[in-house]
Formats: sequence, structure tokens, C-alpha cells
Amino acid sequence: MGNDVFEITVNAVKLIVVFLLMVQAVPILVWLERRGSAFIQNRFGPNRVGPLGLLQLLADAVKFITKEDFAPDKAIRKLFYAAPVFALIPATLAYAAIPMSLPFMVPAFEMLGSTWGPYTFRVQGYEIGVGIVFILGVSSLAAYTILMAGWGSGSKFSLLGALRAAAQVISYELALGLSIVGVILLYGTFNLTEMIQAQQGPLQFTAFGHTITSAVSWIPNWGIFYQPIGFLLFFAAAFAESNRLPFDLAEGEAELVAGFHTEYGGFKMLMFFIGEYGHMMIASGLATTFFFGGYGIPGITPDELQQIILGWGFSEAGAGGLNSLIHFLSYNVKFAIFLWIFIQVRWTLPRFRYDQLMDLGWKTMLPWALANTIATAVIIYAVS
Amino acid sequence: MSEMPLGGIIFLTIFIAIFGTALIFLARAIGGQRKNNSAVKRDIYECGIPGQDKKESKVSVKFYLTAILFILFDIEIIFMYPWAISFRDFIANGMGTPIMISMGVFIAIFIYGLWWGVKSRALEWD
Repeated sequence: MGNDVFEITVNAVKLIVVFLLMVQAVPILVWLERRGSAFIQNRFGPNRVGPLGLLQLLADAVKFITKEDFAPDKAIRKLFYAAPVFALIPATLAYAAIPMSLPFMVPAFEMLGSTWGPYTFRVQGYEIGVGIVFILGVSSLAAYTILMAGWGSGSKFSLLGALRAAAQVISYELALGLSIVGVILLYGTFNLTEMIQAQQGPLQFTAFGHTITSAVSWIPNWGIFYQPIGFLLFFAAAFAESNRLPFDLAEGEAELVAGFHTEYGGFKMLMFFIGEYGHMMIASGLATTFFFGGYGIPGITPDELQQIILGWGFSEAGAGGLNSLIHFLSYNVKFAIFLWIFIQVRWTLPRFRYDQLMDLGWKTMLPWALANTIATAVIIYAVS
Repeated sequence: MSEMPLGGIIFLTIFIAIFGTALIFLARAIGGQRKNNSAVKRDIYECGIPGQDKKESKVSVKFYLTAILFILFDIEIIFMYPWAISFRDFIANGMGTPIMISMGVFIAIFIYGLWWGVKSRALEWD
């Protein structure tokens, strides 16, 4: 199956669609965050523009784009304007590498007098053999955009906020990276698709050459049952990585005005927002993939579902497409639950103090992640 | 399976760079850019106090210490990744005990480094 014009075009369009998927999720999340916080705090939230305030998003976008484009005199203009654009890149590159559903098969067909295909299109931007390493490497580039914005603004609040954010991001990168070592030990692969395939089927432990299957057959073989501490550490570190409360020290209003984007307004600030929400989405997608079976559905494997759909009278290709769509929905349900947890936590917990934040990262989470790694390795060594 | 779709990554990077730049220029075209702003507006926002030059502000040395420690420990963690991925293969080939011992030594050095960092108060913020 060589690359031809059709395949390259579809893949290019797919990359743009993944990017737009991420961008269009941001206004929905902002709306959800405002309505959700309003419900949590016994308020109404935005409810004037359109049904349930849903058109508030459109009004916000119009407001953002009609704002005056402004840079203060002391700003370093190249950095000041480049930072928001660069803030989009790491988030999107990492997001495109997360598999969202089963590969989509297109059988061979006739068009313009020649035969095309068969093709296999993955429901993700691109498949990368070393998925985890790529995502970790790319998403940590976000620290550079924060520093660019903070230094380029020329304001002291921006600089302090950027330094705080960078120190926080790199500190929690350690706990994040180390909590994933347990996951890699468990699955023995860097590839996200292979991880999801390993989590299909009912829960079963293999120990000392025996396989123990759980009594309830619909409990899935998810990573959370093998790596509960790893999951907690990963998710807590993900909050810090995406600069969300309770770890949003970088933009503590009382101390730093707004942190590294103090001087930004209008569309430039919106782009930082997209980057920040993009990191939330990456964290949710990765938590789903590592610990909750990715696009898998509990109690049924993709092959079984394919057989059921074929029984409804679909063709092979149509059943494959429908199967892919159902798994895409399954992925998005899990993904949305994690995003809601991000929002719920933000409006529940108060902010940390900076020394508490650093102590938690270095002296609590790093040793626990190390202990988790050692325990996982020892158990795998002992039972095999 | 283990390919590196460099073309896709480069395409996406260039696309976002163009998209973002276009958005900024679009916002400038629609929102406009006023000339003759007052000196107060052109100044940076520092809570109404006349802004100081960036050269006058000093940054805590703790940030540098954190960055140095991060590089040390991050490299150590990255060295654990190839070990983790080939761990089962080594066990399957009967090399489980040697690789456990060698990684034990490595993790012991890691723990000693972390303990030393904590003890030398490099991680204390006040």
C-alpha cells in the first residue's frame, strides 16, 4: 500500500480536522466551565445569549476579534506576538498523536477510470511508534511559550508569573514522567494503540503461570486496576502541568494579576487559552488511554461488536465504519468525564501556597512515583 | 507500525503557524490599532505604580536551582524508559536478576540524589 494523492490528501485534511476539533472544544469547555461553576456556586452563569447561554461563545469570539491590537512600549514585540502562536503548536502536536477510535477501513473502489485503495485511515492525527515519548517531549515545549510570553511582555508580573509557571511545570514533569514508567512496565510498549489493545477483554491477572479471571465478566481489563497509585500521581501531575487550580500559582490574581498573560488581550489571550485547554485535553486523553481502556467499551471487544453489527445487515465496510463511530463515542464519553473532573476540581479546591506546591511535587509525589515504579517492577519480576 | 510520520508533524506545525499568524493579523485588521496612545496606556500594567525597568527586578536563585535539579533528575527518569520497555524481554530470556540488580543500583543513586537535594535545602521555598 503505497502513498498516493488520495491518501495524502485525506491525511492532511484529517490533521486539520484534529486541530479544529481541539479548537472548537475550547468554547464549549469555557461555556461548561462558566455554567458549571455557576451551578456549583448557586448562581445562573451566562444565560442571556441564545438558549442556555450557548451563543455566549459566539458573542465572546466577536468581542475578542474586535478588540484593539495592543502591545506595551516595553514589550519585545517579536516575542510578544510570537508567543501566542507558539502556544498552539505543542498542544496540537501532542493531541494529534492520541488514538480516538478504531482504524477506519476503506475498501478498494473505482474512480476516474482507475482503482484506488484499499486504505486504512486511523482516527488520530498520526500514528507514532514511540507515542508516549513524543507526547511528553512535545507537550513540555509549552514551558518555552510561557517564558517567551513572560519575558516578551516586559512586565515584572509577567516575568514572575512565567518563572513560577516554568518552575512548576518542570517540577511536575518529573512526577508525571516517573508515574508513566509503571505504565510502560505494565504494557511493555510506548505505542498508545498497542496499550489500548492490551486493555481489551475482561479483567484477568496472570500470576505464577496461572490466569485468574474475575468473576464478573463485564469488568474490563483496564490499567487502573493494575496501576491505581500511578493513575492518582499522573492525574494530579496533569493538573499542575496544565496550570489548573489547585496548582494555578502562575496566575494567582491576588499576587500576580494574571501571571504570564497580564499584558495580553483579545485574540492573543484567546490563543493562550486554547493552548491551556489543549493541555487539559491531552491529559484527559492520556488518562483515558493509559488507565481506562482508551476507546474500548467495557464488556465487549471490537471484534464481537463487529459481528453484532454485521448481524444487523450492514456490509463489511459499513459495519467497520459504524464500529469505528461507536468506539469514537465511547472514547469521547470517557474524555468528557475527565474534562468535567478538571472543572469540578477547579471550583472545589482552594489554591496551594508556592512552597507547598513545590514540596508536594518534589518531596511527596516524586518518592511515591519512585515507590510505584519499584513495586511494579518487583511484582512483575516475582510473578513471571 | 513504528514509523515516525515526520511529514504529518511538519505539515501540522506549519499549518498552525500560518493559522495563528493569520488570526493575529485578522484581529489587527478588524480591531484596528490606534496611533497616539497616551503614555499611561502604553506603559506596562504594574498596579498603577510607574513601571520599573526589567533590569531592576531581581529573580530568586531558587528558580535556577530547581532548573538544575530538574535536568539531573529528568535525565535519570528518561534512562528508566528503555529499561521499562525491555524489562519483560529480559525476564523472558532469563536475564531478570541482572537487570533488576543493575536498575536497583541506578534507583539507589537516584534516591541518594533526591535525599541529598532535600537535605541540602535546595528544595526549600520560603
